[in-house]
Amino acid sequence: MNKAKKTAVFALCVALAFTLSFLETLIPINIGVPGVKIGLANMVVLAALYLLDKRAAFAISMIRILISGLLFTGAFSLLYSFTGGILSFFVMLLAMKSKRLSILGVSVLGGAVHNIGQIIVAAIVMQTPRIVYYLPVLLISGAIAGIAVGVVSKIVVERLIKIDFNKKD
Amino acid sequence: MKKFGVKKGDIVAFAALLGVAALIFCALYFLAPKGNTVKIEVASQTVATLSLEEDTVYNVEIGGKTTNTVEIKDGKVSVMYADCPDKICVNHRAISKSGESIICLPNKVVISIEGEKTEVDGEAL
Repeated sequence: MNKAKKTAVFALCVALAFTLSFLETLIPINIGVPGVKIGLANMVVLAALYLLDKRAAFAISMIRILISGLLFTGAFSLLYSFTGGILSFFVMLLAMKSKRLSILGVSVLGGAVHNIGQIIVAAIVMQTPRIVYYLPVLLISGAIAGIAVGVVSKIVVERLIKIDFNKKD
Repeated sequence: MKKFGVKKGDIVAFAALLGVAALIFCALYFLAPKGNTVKIEVASQTVATLSLEEDTVYNVEIGGKTTNTVEIKDGKVSVMYADCPDKICVNHRAISKSGESIICLPNKVVISIEGEKTEVDGEAL
């Protein structure tokens, strides 16, 4: 990709991820456990992992978290989001490289690990290990959300793979 | 399944996550702190607060008639007698952990264990 195209594609991905984050704030999910969410923005990160490269996907994820954190959830929750985001990114990367999982499994692991990251930070920040009581619920909800996100990501990747984003032109 | 190209690893990953969640759930359940007081309520009114450490027998009386007999023994609470026909509370296993309860619906009796709080105050993640 030449520089102009790269800039355009990256910006598009960040904008898309950010829009999905916004969309998610409009969907109220209240099952009594904080931290349960779909993780729509992870679709973009997944697609970027498969279609672009790992550095691009990581950058998109981090910029998305920064912008949506500052706009929607407040600066403090950035700590949660960054930990969850970074942890989930590296697990997804490893899962993808292992070739043993399809994009569905990668997404499921990403969703669950994101929640584990948040729980760890929450336990440290609030100084209460009791917060692990939420972990079973968050693991299962993360895995289920991961299936949904994974299915959509797969459909997206299958269609966009025809465009070779990495070709030199 | 085939259409979506699900790999064996995907199913393994999902199953592993469910397994870990179940494991943590069980671990937390069995390691739950023991409570220290027994609260007996009749129609949402607390009628007695007893210590879990002392072995006693308490009769719940409604209108001068004993409706339920609660026994505290070896740090466990059970219902020995109930005048209601269903006997759900009598057949309920003995409770000892904080947050557990035995409820007798016909008599509106709620026996619950208090003490160490198990719930975490919710804070948005």
